Amino acid sequence: MELLIFYPIAALAVVLALFVVFNKSPIGSAVSLIGLMLCLAGVFIGLSAHFVAILQVIIYAGAIMVLFMFVIMLLNLKDDDNVIWKSREGNTLLTVLTGFLVLGILYKIISITLSADSSKPAKIMESFGTTAEVGKSLFTTYVLPFEVASILLLVAMVGALVLAKTKID
Amino acid sequence: MAPLSHYLVLSGILFTIGVMGVLVRRNAIVVFMSIEIMLNAVNISLIAFDRYLGQHDGQIFSFMVMAVAAAEVSVGLAIVIAMFRNKPTINLDEFNLMKW
Repeated sequence: MELLIFYPIAALAVVLALFVVFNKSPIGSAVSLIGLMLCLAGVFIGLSAHFVAILQVIIYAGAIMVLFMFVIMLLNLKDDDNVIWKSREGNTLLTVLTGFLVLGILYKIISITLSADSSKPAKIMESFGTTAEVGKSLFTTYVLPFEVASILLLVAMVGALVLAKTKID
Repeated sequence: MAPLSHYLVLSGILFTIGVMGVLVRRNAIVVFMSIEIMLNAVNISLIAFDRYLGQHDGQIFSFMVMAVAAAEVSVGLAIVIAMFRNKPTINLDEFNLMKW
C-alpha cells in the first residue's frame, strides 16, 4: 500500500528533476523545481515526518522558489539553448570519463543499499514527527545549533543586501 | 514505511541529477537550482534514516540544511544580480576572472 503511493511520487520527482536540468527556459526549470519540492513533501509525509513536510512546502516551495522567480523575472532572461548545449572545446574525453564515474558511483550506491538488510524499521510512537515532538528536541538538545542558524540567516540577509546594492568592479 | 533502500535509491538518483545539472548547464540560476536538488536529496536520506531508527535528530539536521539553503540562495542570487549588473549575461563561461 505504501509502495503504491511511494512509487508514483518518486517517479514524478525524478522526472521533474530531469525537467529542471534539461529545460531550455529558466522559468520552466523553476516551475519544475516547485513541483519537485511538493513531491518531496509527499515523500516526507510517507515517512511520517509531517512537520518537515509542511516546512518543505513553506520554505522551499514558498520562499526560496519565489526568490528564484523574482530574480529570473528581474533579469528578464531569454532562452539561450544554443549557448547552453555547445560543448566546451577539448573537454570531450574528460566529459565522458566524468559521466562514467558518476554512473559507476550511482551503481555502487544502488547495489549497496539494495543488498543491505533494512527490513526492520523501528517501532515509532503516534507522536513521531509532530511539531510538539520535533520542537521539544529542537529547543532542548539542539538549542545551540538553532541559535547559530538564526545568526547565519541574519548574516545572509545583510550579505545579500550589501551584494545586491553596491556595484562590484 | 516503504523499505529504507527505496528512499536511499531515490536520494542517490536525485543527487546524481543535481550533480549533472551543475556540470552540464551554464546558466547560473539553473546551476543554483541543481544545488537545491542536491540538498533536497540529502534531506530525503536524512529523514529516511530518522524514521528507520525512530529518532528526531535527522529532522533537526534537515532543518539546518534548509536554513543553510535559504541563506545560500539569498546570497547567491544577490551575487547573480551583481554579476548581471557588471556584464549583462549570466552565462558562467563568460566569467573567468578568478580562473587561474
